[in-house]
Amino acid sequence: MSDFFSTLLDELPQVRAGLWVTLQATVLGSLLALALSFALGLMAGSRLLLVRGLSRTVVEFFRGTSLYIQLFWLYYAMPPLTGYELTPLLCGVLAFGLNYGAYGSEVVRGAVNSVPRGQYEAALALNLAPARRLRKVILPQAWVQMIPSFTNLLIQLLKCTPLLWLISAADLMTVVQQVRDRTGETLTAYLTLLAAYFVLAYALTLLMNLLERNAKRRLGLETGPGSLFRTRGAAAAGGVR
Amino acid sequence: MTTGVGPLVRFDRVVKRYGDHVVLDELDFTVRRGEHVTLIGPSGSGKTTILRLLMTLEKVSDGVIWVDGSPLSHVRAANGSLKPAGEKQLRESRKKIGMVFQQFNLFPNMKVLQNITEAPVSVLGMDRDEAESRARELLDLVGLAGKTDAHPSQLSGGQQQRVAIARALAMRPEILLLDEVTSALDPELVAGVLDLLSDIARSTDITMLCVTHEMNFARDVSEKVLMFDAGRVVESGTPEKIFSDPEHERTREFLAAVL
Amino acid sequence: MNGFDWNAAGDALPLLLEGFRVTLLATVLGTLVAAVLGLAVAVAGRAPSRLVTLPVRAVTEFVRSTPLLVQLVGAAAVFSSVEPLTVGVVVLGVHYAAYTSEVYRAGIDGVPRGQWEAARALSLPARRTWQAVILPQAVRNVLPALGNYAVSMFKETPFLAVITVQEMVFEARRYGAEHFAYTEAFTLAGLVFLVASYPTSLLMRKLEKRLGH
Repeated sequence: MSDFFSTLLDELPQVRAGLWVTLQATVLGSLLALALSFALGLMAGSRLLLVRGLSRTVVEFFRGTSLYIQLFWLYYAMPPLTGYELTPLLCGVLAFGLNYGAYGSEVVRGAVNSVPRGQYEAALALNLAPARRLRKVILPQAWVQMIPSFTNLLIQLLKCTPLLWLISAADLMTVVQQVRDRTGETLTAYLTLLAAYFVLAYALTLLMNLLERNAKRRLGLETGPGSLFRTRGAAAAGGVR
Repeated sequence: MTTGVGPLVRFDRVVKRYGDHVVLDELDFTVRRGEHVTLIGPSGSGKTTILRLLMTLEKVSDGVIWVDGSPLSHVRAANGSLKPAGEKQLRESRKKIGMVFQQFNLFPNMKVLQNITEAPVSVLGMDRDEAESRARELLDLVGLAGKTDAHPSQLSGGQQQRVAIARALAMRPEILLLDEVTSALDPELVAGVLDLLSDIARSTDITMLCVTHEMNFARDVSEKVLMFDAGRVVESGTPEKIFSDPEHERTREFLAAVL
Repeated sequence: MNGFDWNAAGDALPLLLEGFRVTLLATVLGTLVAAVLGLAVAVAGRAPSRLVTLPVRAVTEFVRSTPLLVQLVGAAAVFSSVEPLTVGVVVLGVHYAAYTSEVYRAGIDGVPRGQWEAARALSLPARRTWQAVILPQAVRNVLPALGNYAVSMFKETPFLAVITVQEMVFEARRYGAEHFAYTEAFTLAGLVFLVASYPTSLLMRKLEKRLGH
């Protein structure tokens, strides 16, 4: 076995810890992004101009300023400005969550708008209360539409987690680079790292496909087993990553 | 409550505009309790808009709709004038009214039974068991007793429309609005749905307002036919009168085109 | 707590704008690589033999599913003798080509079947079919999406700072470290991004509407 892999094995506890940091950042960041997506996306459909405007401003702000800068701002610029200091991991979770929450809100907005108007009208005709219309009729249908786009965003978020290395969060990238520094096997190290992220991305895609199948089943739509192993189509039409 | 004496529904100089386009032009008409009224007329004449205004899916531009003596989408201000109602009053108004849509609009995320029980449970506060047993009765009535656990997507158009009718009836509306309920159905499924509606018209005291292109249905079920053109009632009367001896030129032209 | 130092911000701005020129250069060159390479990949994906299409698909999938930052840092380490900006532009271009190829693919799929058949009926050679018939129709539909990817790439150019390309964020970090003025430097850099990318996004949306997406 090459030097690199034997060292990697020796350092297994470190590698596991790094992987854990990466996974934590991905999962917690996504959960924050998911919550923000719904909050901002539903606000965008409000009747009140002020609420819509607030949502629009937040979304454009976090989409318009680069994620990289948001992360660095939280890590370097916020402590001297506010006196609060966050752990690197928390900086990552916040930056990823805010940035992808902004993108996700567009997904929520689009999916809610894509539910046929007749569904809203039928819920109104049955006199369902506004919150109930949203929760029981509109969102369950919009949810199915959201999942493929959310899968794309989730993978994008995972792909941003190596940024944690730059704010010394000891993630997967940090650990593998340490092994590389010790062995000097540059190409092997980075190919291994890429392969690891590829496997993570594929596993997450598989999970999301399961979720989508489950959601479709609730609408009475059956999908073949092949759909589970389908990879993500790039968001080709919109060109938004 | 002012029950009984006056008409159940009264349109009082109702105007509906979209921008510059006037859909309903100072419309006046009344519907008595228990009456079955069919609205006919060329497309774009504003028939469907009347049902949508009654269901409060849209707001009147001017005028007042009275239901059972109360304004449907207005409330009395302190000085006695009428102002547009808020969501809370609108929800009160909607209690009396149910609607069946051209495109069925069943909720695809709920099975058939839940489509019917959702509103009785969450709006009327009905006990779930009671709502379900009543839903089963209604499904039996519309001839779909075996379909409680089906997804809407597994039903034919005609079956979906029957479920939609059961769903509307489950709310025990005083007024049932039927908006071209057979227009989206395959021809062979139309008769079954129309028969069902005739049964309901005969066996209940529900007031019906019906927009349809099925002139036979208008003739068999309704006591009154309103002929619309360009946002106004051109002519009204019993089906016999309208179909065999129409007074107005527009009515004759329209009937000649559809019959 | 030191608050926001406007003097430091004023000091940093010229340096940042100097770096911003490199940022723009990298974006333009990277977009060009992505636009050309993406097209090549999309056409190769249509090759008659699976010996071509399968590897092409596997590589695009791999590039798309792995982090740009790892690709950048890895490439810079492996090709340590090459100038960082060149490595950066190529890696950005390759990474985004994995996305733009999908855009082209959709564009090509959008050309009606009848167009292929008509070209065959006229016995046009393959090269001519692509050049004169298919691509002109496919490319028009993909412009807004390509534009959106260019904006995305623009916002990811700060990654180049990691491999010592002296673009805007590199300058911001340097200024921040030297004067202990990270707050001012990063706030300004973020604002420059916002000012540049927001109008561009609006423009793209307008373009999309106009082309009827």
